[in-house]
Amino acid sequence: MDIKERRGNGEGDALQRALVGATAVAAAAGAALFIGSKLRSGRGEPWISDAPRSTRRGRNSLIGRTVTIAKPAQEIYDFWRDFSNLAQVMENVERIDVIDQRQSHWVVKAPGGSTVEWDSVVTEDEPSRLIAWESTKGSNIRNSGRVEFLDAAPGRGTMVRLTMVYDPPGGTAGRLVAKLLQREPAEQARRDLRRLKQFLETGEITSSTSPSGRRSESPAKQYI
Amino acid sequence: MRALTWQGRHDVRVETVPDPEIVNPRDAIIRITSTAICGSDLHLYDGYIPTMRAGDILGHENMGEVVEVGAKSPLKKGQRVVIPFTVSCGDCFFCKKQQYSACDNANPATTSDMSETLYGYPMGAALGYAHLTGGYAGGQAEYLRVPYSDVGPIVIPDGLEDDKVLFLSDILPTGWMAAENAEIEEGDTVAVWGCGPVGLFAIQSALIMGAHKVIAIDHYAARLDLAKRLGAEILDYREVDVREALFEMTGGIGPDACIDCVGMESHGLGIDNLVDTAKAHTFLGTDRPAALRQAILACRKGGRVSVPGVYGGMADKFPIGAFMEKGLTLKTGQTHVQKYSQKLLEMIGEDKIDTTFLISHHASLEEGPSMYRHWHDDQDEYTKIVLKPGMERVAA
Repeated sequence: MDIKERRGNGEGDALQRALVGATAVAAAAGAALFIGSKLRSGRGEPWISDAPRSTRRGRNSLIGRTVTIAKPAQEIYDFWRDFSNLAQVMENVERIDVIDQRQSHWVVKAPGGSTVEWDSVVTEDEPSRLIAWESTKGSNIRNSGRVEFLDAAPGRGTMVRLTMVYDPPGGTAGRLVAKLLQREPAEQARRDLRRLKQFLETGEITSSTSPSGRRSESPAKQYI
Repeated sequence: MRALTWQGRHDVRVETVPDPEIVNPRDAIIRITSTAICGSDLHLYDGYIPTMRAGDILGHENMGEVVEVGAKSPLKKGQRVVIPFTVSCGDCFFCKKQQYSACDNANPATTSDMSETLYGYPMGAALGYAHLTGGYAGGQAEYLRVPYSDVGPIVIPDGLEDDKVLFLSDILPTGWMAAENAEIEEGDTVAVWGCGPVGLFAIQSALIMGAHKVIAIDHYAARLDLAKRLGAEILDYREVDVREALFEMTGGIGPDACIDCVGMESHGLGIDNLVDTAKAHTFLGTDRPAALRQAILACRKGGRVSVPGVYGGMADKFPIGAFMEKGLTLKTGQTHVQKYSQKLLEMIGEDKIDTTFLISHHASLEEGPSMYRHWHDDQDEYTKIVLKPGMERVAA
């Protein structure tokens, strides 16, 4: 299916949009395949800038964010490769159970105190270079991600580039996923990477938790 | 504990709030012995800094005694410490470059989004300021949680009383960095706009750094008098045309360096400032940079403009033509307090810097709200207020 054509139709036609919404999860499943090909290489439409694809103007199916961490790539890779570590820095992740070298089970907080769960499988793994993963076919929420570890300028550590795809052709499932995950995926990714940087650089996750004159708040609870 | 909380524009109250707790391993908690009210607290008091929330505890010029430490804090209970207003992790790229106020980790992930939107990058963090800079509680209270307590706090040797060292928390290093940013050379004339505490310390620092002449500009008689006693020549901008005066006093060359210690709420007399004031009151704009405009216009060709004064939003009528055509250098920024702490502490110990001359009032924490009123309304008489949470309330 031609992505552009499908997107155009969805925007122009309310009925079409509704249909896409109703079948969003199914569409997301289809998207996972599209994601895989899109993430694995620069195949597809011509792209003449040197910037990451996620910075392209206009409607974008990729969420991308880069953060520089003043640590060697090996150390950051090792932290990430043990997926159970990620729950410490990912706000909405309750836990990640590592099943084996390739598979993990993700338990993610959803609105109303509930959780959503899926299985994820590592699709690419180059030590100190990159890790890519995607949800398995039976999962309710289809998603895939890729983290690359690139050398920063000498003495500055490693540029960590996270790319994730939730948004299939049609665009509705992305919003559905955002709802399920409580926060826009782009905002979540940005904050999660900041926490990763804080944890790896300082040994703790920065918190401004402090008392206030607001009676409803406990001093030990974050309030924004 | 008791704490001074911000409730809204011109509304601060002392309330009973929960005590702070150790949250992270590098934290410490101190019992506040002295905490000053800063000129930049007036920007909060006047409601000009966005992202304040009712109930926020103010105060970023703090010192006290360590009463509790996290597992990874090197501090010991009973130590007397001055706390920099900047929260800095010490580990990131910026801290390693000693650009502590630009720390990349101290502003929590949840609050740094706002400044990224406003300023392009997530800002560093400060104690007792808006949520834009982290939303940390301040120290105008009985106790204060100090994050990254292995990087910020300055341990004070016995024998130096609070009044001598308290200003290491902010205004002394801020005045010092302002003078350093002015890149003073031998024979230089330095003009300083604003003789509040930061301006006075900038004057003192510029003279220590070898300025030939410092010209101080203000309209409060008591503040101009303090500047004169430090050795500056003074100008009351209500009486003289400042640019004309600076031109004449420098033999037509102009000041080699100009320091704006006024910031966003400049009084000023020009028509531009009237327009700015009207805009600020109608929420069409925030900053009133009258002093900065004048500094840029008055500065000599090829000179330096240093801006320690706080700005937060947008300003128009910035004299970009004068700035470019004259080849000026502009240096600004929140103070990298930790970079200067040790050196300034030594200079205080050797009596090379006096920090006590500008303190006009000591008061108890409970008197805080009336002190804010005076600080706002009676700037000629109230040149610096130090709150002492342990002090008995005295009739004001």
